[in-house]
Amino acid sequence: MQNLLSLLSNALCRITGRTAGAQTVSELLIGLSEYVSLTSPSAPDLAQTQRLPPKPPPVVALRASAALLASTSLAAAAARVVASRSSTDLTPQVTLDIKKCDLHCLEEGPPVKATLTREQGLQYYRTMQTVRRMELKADQLYKQKIIRGFCHLYDGQEACAAGVEAAITPSDHVITAYRAHAYTYTRGVAVKEILCELTGRRGGVSKGKGGSMHMYAPRFYGGNGIVGAQVPLGAGIALACQYQGNNQLCVTLYGDGAANQGQLFEAFNMAALWKLPCVFICENNQYSMGMSTERASASTDYYKRGDYIPGLRVDGMDVLCVREAVKFAADFCRAGKGPIVMELQTYRYHGHSMSDPGVSYRSREEVQEVRSKNDPIALLKEQMLSNNMASVEELKELDVTIRKEVEEAARFATADPEPPLDDMCNHIFKNDPPLEVRGTNPWSRLRSVS
Amino acid sequence: MLAPPSHRRKDRFKMALSMKSVLRSGRNAVSILRRRAFHRSAPAAAQVTVRDALNQALDEELERDERVFLLGEEVAQYDGAYKVSRGLWKKYGDKRIIDTPISEMGFTGIAVGAAMAGLRPICEFMTFNFSMQAIDQVINSAAKTYYMSAGLQAVPIVFRGPNGASAGVAAQHSQCFAAWYAHCPGLKVVSPWNSEDAKGLLKSAIRDDNPVVFLENELMYGVPFEMSDEAQSKDFTVPIGKAKVERQGTHVTLVSHSRYVGHCLDAAAVLAKEGIECEVINLRTIRPMDVESIEASVMKTNHLVTVEGGWPQFGVGAEICARIMEGPAFNYLDAPATRVTGVDIPMPYAKILEDNSVPQIKDIIFSIKKTLNM
Repeated sequence: MQNLLSLLSNALCRITGRTAGAQTVSELLIGLSEYVSLTSPSAPDLAQTQRLPPKPPPVVALRASAALLASTSLAAAAARVVASRSSTDLTPQVTLDIKKCDLHCLEEGPPVKATLTREQGLQYYRTMQTVRRMELKADQLYKQKIIRGFCHLYDGQEACAAGVEAAITPSDHVITAYRAHAYTYTRGVAVKEILCELTGRRGGVSKGKGGSMHMYAPRFYGGNGIVGAQVPLGAGIALACQYQGNNQLCVTLYGDGAANQGQLFEAFNMAALWKLPCVFICENNQYSMGMSTERASASTDYYKRGDYIPGLRVDGMDVLCVREAVKFAADFCRAGKGPIVMELQTYRYHGHSMSDPGVSYRSREEVQEVRSKNDPIALLKEQMLSNNMASVEELKELDVTIRKEVEEAARFATADPEPPLDDMCNHIFKNDPPLEVRGTNPWSRLRSVS
Repeated sequence: MLAPPSHRRKDRFKMALSMKSVLRSGRNAVSILRRRAFHRSAPAAAQVTVRDALNQALDEELERDERVFLLGEEVAQYDGAYKVSRGLWKKYGDKRIIDTPISEMGFTGIAVGAAMAGLRPICEFMTFNFSMQAIDQVINSAAKTYYMSAGLQAVPIVFRGPNGASAGVAAQHSQCFAAWYAHCPGLKVVSPWNSEDAKGLLKSAIRDDNPVVFLENELMYGVPFEMSDEAQSKDFTVPIGKAKVERQGTHVTLVSHSRYVGHCLDAAAVLAKEGIECEVINLRTIRPMDVESIEASVMKTNHLVTVEGGWPQFGVGAEICARIMEGPAFNYLDAPATRVTGVDIPMPYAKILEDNSVPQIKDIIFSIKKTLNM
């Protein structure tokens, strides 16, 4: 960090003709901002914007280094200061450098450059911010005891869900484990229906009968409570795709904890043997409940766990990295080359579930570190702002809109009535004549319709 | 959630009664009465939660026999997913308290293997729902081996963890496995209700040379019960295979296990006001089931109602009814036996649906009255 600081401050000194270099990051920033405002062609615009509401503090762009997520050093590819721009100045498209993936049994990997259009950027931003606000709202509702039971939150990992959805088509399939709210959303279920399911009301996507871990949608198979069980299921969905010859694939997600489940290796073997179009994705958020990866796994190279299956290790905090990697994997599968195993290096801010404070096995400083230096939404925001693809005001407005939407959904979810008792026994069997179901005693004869 | 005062007094009275009857009948060496003059001076009857009672049992048995060890997910550094093993890792270290990866089939097999080679493992399932992943090791490797080897190879292991419904954990996390495991010869299946059950039965299970499935209940972990100073002693054990009459009665026999014993006692308290005296039997052990105690009671009351949280088909209640029919008590029944069970559906999530999917006190009262033809 210190070397980098001196490197940049020396460069700045050479450019500006100063003799004393910056000793701290903040000094460097001040120096840089002065330089930019001096040389910017839009200096008059800046003067005009003084009359607008106060600008937010300068957003500094610091790109994550190639090291593991847990590392604290940051390599600044470029540090730029944000300035307000008028909309005529906005860049419609930009090509960005993204981190190279680690490869296993692959000659070539995903591209190291990603194209981002303004529309895409706004869409990814919207998706991630909606997921973030929805999860935080769920946290709040849980603490108010309006949500009960299990609640596993996804905040911190948004880039994974957004990136996956950006890389596949709506006709592809997705299956994941219990940390599923984000995928339920990206697969097309409204926030309202998700929150309503969490509060256990009739407007929930599973009519209140499933809860947090059991939400489904067309081409989205949940939402699975038993760790690892979703992986053979995903391979099976891929089998169905291959069988039906529809050129679709299945994205099968699991965590670093589930990576130690035997059934994964059984699924890997068969997927490779039969060349199933399955993208196995390990969302490595560093902890399986309270166990850090080194305490649970003899090998923490989760992308290599497929052994004979090609693997990729990807920066899961950068939505573009995720998108490019999943696109690469999708093309690979659709070409009939068989499955791929992918590891997304990511992080969860919350504990394992709402009953886990999340600080007995990791420090608050660690969580803060990731939040301040590697937050996926902040990363995308910086990319867009520093490339002049959106204005600060625009993104702020979007934040406000999203907040309102989530607020409204929460209000609905809290006010919606509970499911009716006569729905309790329904949906035991499909396409069956109505069934008599025994209640709690022999005189209680309940009814089940398909 | 304290037991009401009447129960506490009755508990002590019942305990004294049952102690007396045990002495008289000379059945089982119940060590409740062995007062050890030089062990730590135990306080007088204290309020102990089920969680702490289990923790005490684990601690005492780990101390007593160094072949005993605990393995499972989050049992060590996390202090246990439900804090049942709190403090044990700090006290006994990595060798005796082992955190495993999320690999049920694997670590269950490992535990069974260790038992075969002379250790006495306690294998924890975070909930028994996850034991389904490992059930082959429990049944085929643990339960059947002593038989298959004609007595050569014993498997002294305890499988423990929370069983049955909790609150709002939905279908995949709410199943009761009492019937599943109790179906298999070679296994002992134990289901404690209160703190005394929990501590005494867990100690017995650990000392037993056979595979024991120990079904706890998450909703009971935080419930305090009075424990006599005898029950707090380091040698206190409750025999496996013996039911306990928690409440004497004359009109109807209620048989239950785990959390629903409490529901039965509550129903009995309500009905007592109407002059109906219920006899409440706490099974304590599902397999081997103490059918004699049930028969003795039915022959006295002439009516039988079983209460359980699990599903009705092929369940604990179904087995009790069949056994009663096959034995001497059948001729004493004045009405068919009634089973009160969970509703025959996967557990729904929404509170109103979940509440109506398990036996409530009003269901028990209703069933008793119907059985008594009132």
